[in-house]
Amino acid sequence: MSFVLTDEQQQFRDVVRRFLDDQFSTRDVRRLMEPRAGFDEAFWGKLNRDLGLAGIIIPEDYGGQGFGYAELGIVMEEMGRSLVCAPYLSSAVLAADAVLTLGSEADRETLLPGLADGSLRGCLASQDYSGPECPGGVTTATAAQGGVRLNGIKDFVIDGHTANLLLVVARSADGESGCYRVSDTASGLDRRCLTTLDPTRKLARLTLTDVPAVSLGTPGSLESPLQAILDRATVALAHEMVGGAEKMLYSAVDYACTRRQFGRLIGSFQAIKHKCADLLLEIELAKSAAYRAAVAIDQHETVASLTASIAKCTASEAYLHAAAECIQIHGGIGFTWDHDTHLWFKRAKASEVMFGDPSSHRARALALWSDAI
Amino acid sequence: MTTQDEVRREVREWLQANWNPDLSLVAWRTLLAESGWGVPGWPRQWYGRDLPAALTPVVDEEFAAANAVGVAKTGIRMLAAATLLEHGSDDQKKAFLKRILTGEDTWCQLFSEPGSGSDLAGATTRADFDGERWIINGQKVWTTSAHHADYGLLLARTDWDVPKHQGLTYVVLDMKQQGVEVHQLKQMNGHASFNQVFFTDAVVPADRIVGQPGGGWQVAMTTLAHERRGADGLRGANRDSGLKGSIYDEERAEIATVMAPYKWYPQRAGRVDLVLPTAKALGRLNDPVAVQEIARLLILAKTAEWTARRARAAQAEGRPQGPEGSLGKLAASEVARLAARVHTLIQGDQALLAGDDGAVDGMIAEVLLSVPATSIAGGTDEIQRNIISERVLSMPREPRADGGPFREVPRN
Ligand SMILES: Cc1cc2nc3c(=O)[nH]c(=O)nc-3n(C[C@H](O)[C@H](O)[C@H](O)COP(=O)(O)OP(=O)(O)OC[C@H]3O[C@@H](n4cnc5c(N)ncnc54)[C@H](O)[C@@H]3O)c2cc1C
Repeated sequence: MSFVLTDEQQQFRDVVRRFLDDQFSTRDVRRLMEPRAGFDEAFWGKLNRDLGLAGIIIPEDYGGQGFGYAELGIVMEEMGRSLVCAPYLSSAVLAADAVLTLGSEADRETLLPGLADGSLRGCLASQDYSGPECPGGVTTATAAQGGVRLNGIKDFVIDGHTANLLLVVARSADGESGCYRVSDTASGLDRRCLTTLDPTRKLARLTLTDVPAVSLGTPGSLESPLQAILDRATVALAHEMVGGAEKMLYSAVDYACTRRQFGRLIGSFQAIKHKCADLLLEIELAKSAAYRAAVAIDQHETVASLTASIAKCTASEAYLHAAAECIQIHGGIGFTWDHDTHLWFKRAKASEVMFGDPSSHRARALALWSDAI
Repeated sequence: MTTQDEVRREVREWLQANWNPDLSLVAWRTLLAESGWGVPGWPRQWYGRDLPAALTPVVDEEFAAANAVGVAKTGIRMLAAATLLEHGSDDQKKAFLKRILTGEDTWCQLFSEPGSGSDLAGATTRADFDGERWIINGQKVWTTSAHHADYGLLLARTDWDVPKHQGLTYVVLDMKQQGVEVHQLKQMNGHASFNQVFFTDAVVPADRIVGQPGGGWQVAMTTLAHERRGADGLRGANRDSGLKGSIYDEERAEIATVMAPYKWYPQRAGRVDLVLPTAKALGRLNDPVAVQEIARLLILAKTAEWTARRARAAQAEGRPQGPEGSLGKLAASEVARLAARVHTLIQGDQALLAGDDGAVDGMIAEVLLSVPATSIAGGTDEIQRNIISERVLSMPREPRADGGPFREVPRN
């Protein structure tokens, strides 16, 4: 196992960073956070034409780059750093992995090239909405002419309202679960963009009423492959959080090295310096956890779920802590809308609870604990 | 480039031809030191083989497979060795390195003084040159192992008219001489591993200066860097091969003597290894609060270990270390502090019992009373945070009140 980036990986990081520094800024974040679409077609196209980023984990045979989670982690870190608003986690990570893992060979051949070049923007609707309209919260699949019909409500679907490839997890009468493809123009499909505290990443609720669908692969017991897909997405998210956390720390340090009070740079006060040192430690620990988790995925280790949980809870806490301290170190200006820090703070807060909050991941980590990590 | 397989074959052949459990410990280790297989990562010229760090584990594996005894690797002498390798003269390396490896000499680190702990450069123990030898007067404190050390790494002031960091000189002091008086100090956990050391006209020959007169600070930084990186040889030293035979008995005795002051060091690090077994035995894993705290601790300790591995991997590949290299000491403090809390949570009221009445043969109580040392020894947490913020994050230094010739600096 190696934690050190190879020269190629380091160069790859530099390329991605340069591209994002060039092509994406918080002006774009502010422009994209208001409309419900939440992303820019032109930027998404360029990201995929110039760097092929949507195809990172898709094998070359299907038009992708055939990289592993180490490289995906690099992309996610850089996207977290630049706070990229694009359907990347939803499509390039979740949907691509779902097709790879659950799809038949025919599904892969039909869907992966489009996901890899970005013309398909996928989403994975795995979580059921649970509320008064839909007690018990199970989306069902019933056999119908030429396929199945889906009924139910899916919640927290990342980019679910803009995706043009919808993958929906549902259960049939005999209790088997399956993943189904739904057309974005299907009748009976209602997609609503949710109002969340993080406008930089959009979530949707999908209401399905007799929506026609076709199965992705063969329905069966999907629980464990589905969990594995979510674990891998969790690791990708942890990398994004580490990148964001680092950005917050260095933004705080930069400010502390320019702002003066009492005739001194505030960065010369130990109260500020020691906060920054502690943050650096917390972030480096989270980074090690994210790297370790990526290695576990790439090496198909049995501890992959455990390391995913460790990565998620450490990154969640480091990111939110860094964002909060970044506001604190900026003082009043840090609390304004015009200052950019709150954009990351909001991403940090939403990411903290997405795919399981830190407490649930800690509990899972202990339940799965093994000395083989 | 040598490959793993080549190294394995070479060391195996050498061991087959030379390993002899009937030799005395010193005779064997002398042979070993001269072969270079004792410390293969060291320079060829000085008892090593210039082996890259990535290949040295192969050598350890072969030694373990042959049940062959290695060179002495425990105690502060490892810091002495690292410092001498980097700054020592050839004569000093010749005089000291081999006896460090054979385990014949033990060492101590004479840095801290009553008036200069964190402010190490404020040392006032003096070394005055009488034309032939250096004469030492003053006092050191918190000196671990001084009571049985043969040599001391001493930081002393030789020039009072230059700024404080420029007037220090690093010397090797013979501890077994008149003029060096050692008094043991008892610690809050009941052990007595550190000492006060008084110098009254103690003598250091001119050729025992490491580096240049006035260049002591740089040399001391090397020692501290190795200490903070955990190169003090105090980890994993409590493993006992359990093998029978006179050379193994000698090795056990040698390690026991050197390690006696460090018996409580695993406890001071928090004994994270005891957490899961005790929690299981006491049925604490059903308590969601305990689960959260235990998981938090295990995760902290594990991510700290991965971070250290990342730092070592970067080093082994000859890459510049990232920030991960400076964080180990602070991480260890966090682990120790949290471990003390978690042990308490697991034990409940049992946590107040100590000694024979205490949990895990009194080990838990010893953890609780030893952990406070971790954030002080080898540079306090506050000093680590200063270093990290200034050196790694390039934040501004503190305004200082101790510039100018040391003679005029207010005494601590
Ligand atoms: C178990 C143990 C073993 C040891 N072994 C050795 C040994 O073998 N050899 C040896 O030479 N020494 C040894 N030491 C000494 C150790 O290095 C010192 O105790 C340590 O460096 C702190 O110095 P001090 O005790 O003088 O505390 P001080 O420096 O007086 O510190 C007191 C408090 O003030 C804080 N402080 C000081 N300066 C600053 C600053 N600039 N900014 C913020 N806070 C500050 C410190 O963090 C601390 O909290 C040992 C100590 C222990 C506990």
